[in-house]
Amino acid sequence: MKTPTDTRLIPKPGFVFTSRSSPYWQRASEGELLLQRCRDCGHLQHYPRSLCVRCWSHDLDWQQAAGTGTVWTYTVVAIPGHPAWGPHVPYVLALVELDEGPRLMTNIVDCPPDTVYCGQAVRLLPGRDETDNQTLLQFTLIH
Amino acid sequence: MTLRQRCAVVGVAEIPPTRSTPGVTTLEMIARVSRMALKDSGLAPSDIDGLIVGPQVGETPQHVPATVAEYLGLQPRFADIVDLGGATGAGMVWRAAAAISAGMCETVLCVLGNTRDPGSATRSPNRNPIREFDVPYGASGANQAYAMIAQRHMAEFGTTPQQLAQVPVKQRANAMLNPAAVFHGKPIATDDVLNSPMVMSPLRLLEIVMPCGGGAAVIVTSSDRAKDMEKAPVYVLGAGERVTHRALSQAPGLTTSPLAPAISDAYSMAGIGPADIGFLSIYDCYSIVVAITVEDAGFCAKGESGAWLEAHDFSIHSQLPINPHGGQLASGQADLAGGMGHIVEAVRQLRAEAGERQIPDPDIALVTGNGATMSEEVALVLGGANT
Repeated sequence: MKTPTDTRLIPKPGFVFTSRSSPYWQRASEGELLLQRCRDCGHLQHYPRSLCVRCWSHDLDWQQAAGTGTVWTYTVVAIPGHPAWGPHVPYVLALVELDEGPRLMTNIVDCPPDTVYCGQAVRLLPGRDETDNQTLLQFTLIH
Repeated sequence: MTLRQRCAVVGVAEIPPTRSTPGVTTLEMIARVSRMALKDSGLAPSDIDGLIVGPQVGETPQHVPATVAEYLGLQPRFADIVDLGGATGAGMVWRAAAAISAGMCETVLCVLGNTRDPGSATRSPNRNPIREFDVPYGASGANQAYAMIAQRHMAEFGTTPQQLAQVPVKQRANAMLNPAAVFHGKPIATDDVLNSPMVMSPLRLLEIVMPCGGGAAVIVTSSDRAKDMEKAPVYVLGAGERVTHRALSQAPGLTTSPLAPAISDAYSMAGIGPADIGFLSIYDCYSIVVAITVEDAGFCAKGESGAWLEAHDFSIHSQLPINPHGGQLASGQADLAGGMGHIVEAVRQLRAEAGERQIPDPDIALVTGNGATMSEEVALVLGGANT
C-alpha cells in the first residue's frame, strides 16, 4: 500500500480514451452507458474493444444499457491507491453487474458508504468530474 | 510428455527484503543475488546456458535479457522474460524446466531483483484499459481489488475479519524463527490486526503486505545433472498455470481463483493429491489470498477457509505447516522477488537447511504464485531428494 501523503499538489491522472472508445465517452457525457454488441454472435461486452471476446468478430455495434444492475462486490476506500483521491475518502468503489451481464468498475454515490452491500440493486447516476472534463458512469442504490 | 521429475532446483538465494535499498541499481541487485545462488549450487558461471529475468529492470525498458546477460558476463543459449506479477518466480521455474526438457539449454538462472526508494515513487504512464475504465473512479493499485475479493468472500460464505486476521497473526508467529523477516521479533495478536487502520474495507493495514526492495534467484538444471551436485536436488514434480484476466471487472469469478485449475494441473502432473503435500509455501500478499488458496488447493471446502484458518496450526510442528518463513506478510515483499521467496523457502526446507525453523522430514511442498488481481496464477509441486 501507499502511505498517505500531501494530496493537494497531486493531480488526478486525467481522462484518456482511444478512437475506438470515444463514442462510449461521448454518450457517457449525455448520461448514457453503452455496451458493445457483437453482430455475429450477439455477445455483449464491456469495455469496448476492437473484437468480440467470444467469437473474435470485428463486426461490433453499440447498445445502450438499461442502466440497472446489482453490486457484485465493493469496498469503502479509506486510504486511496492514488493520493489524488485523498480528499474524496471515504468513497465506495464497486463492481456492478449490469442486468445485461457485463460488469464494470464504478462508484456507488449519493448514499452513506456503510449502506452498500453485495447483491444490492443499483441504477446509473452519472456524475461529472469537472477538473478532468469527464462524465463518470456512477451508480446509486435503488430504494 | 510431462515435466515430472525431469528437472531440479539446485541453487537458491534471497536478499532479505528491506524497506529501502538506497543507491543500488537493479542490475547490481540481480548480480549480487545471482552470485549467491551460483555459490549455493557449486556451479561456475560457464555452466549457466539459460537466463530468465523479470520485466522490471529499472535501467532498461527493452532488451532486458540481453542487458542482464551482458552485465553478468553470460552468453546464454536461451534467454527470456517472464511477466506474471507475483507468479513470475514460479512461472520462471517451470519454463526453465520446459526449456531444459526441450533441449534448449541445460542449466537456467532465474533471477529477480527489485530496488526500492520510497522517496521517488514513480507512477507508470499506463494507457491500458484499467487506466481508462477503472482509474477515473479512484481504483488505483492492488488494495482495492483484493478488498473487493475479500468483501465478496465474506458476503457469500460469512467469512469474518477475525478469521482472516489469523493469517497475518499465525504467519507472524512463524517469522519469530526467521531473523531475516522485516517483522522478526514483533509478534501480533488478532486484536492488533482488527485495530490496525482500515485501508479499504474489509482489509486492514496488517492484512496487507509491506513493500520492500530485495532480490531472489533460483538455478534449475536437468535431473541427470542435478545428481552430481553438492546440494541435494529439489525436483520439479508438477506445475500448472492459468492467466484469466487483468482488470477485476473481467474476472470469471471472485471467490474461486484461477489457482484452482493451476493447482489441479500441478497435482495431476506430480501424480499426487492434497493429502500428499507436506507443507505449503503459498503466496500471501493479502490475508484473503491465503484463504482462497487453501480452498482452491483442496485443504478445505469452498467457502470454509474462515473456520479452517482459525483451527489450523501454521507452525513447523503442524501436520501441514504454512509459510514457515512467515510469508511475505511477515517477511516483507521485495516486489516480484517476494514471490520467488516462496520457492527459496520451499527449497531450503526440502534440503533440511532451514535451521531453527526446519520442518521435520518434509518431502513434498506446494508453492504458489499470484499476480495482478488473482489473475496470473502458477502452482509448483516440489519434492525432496527422496521423492
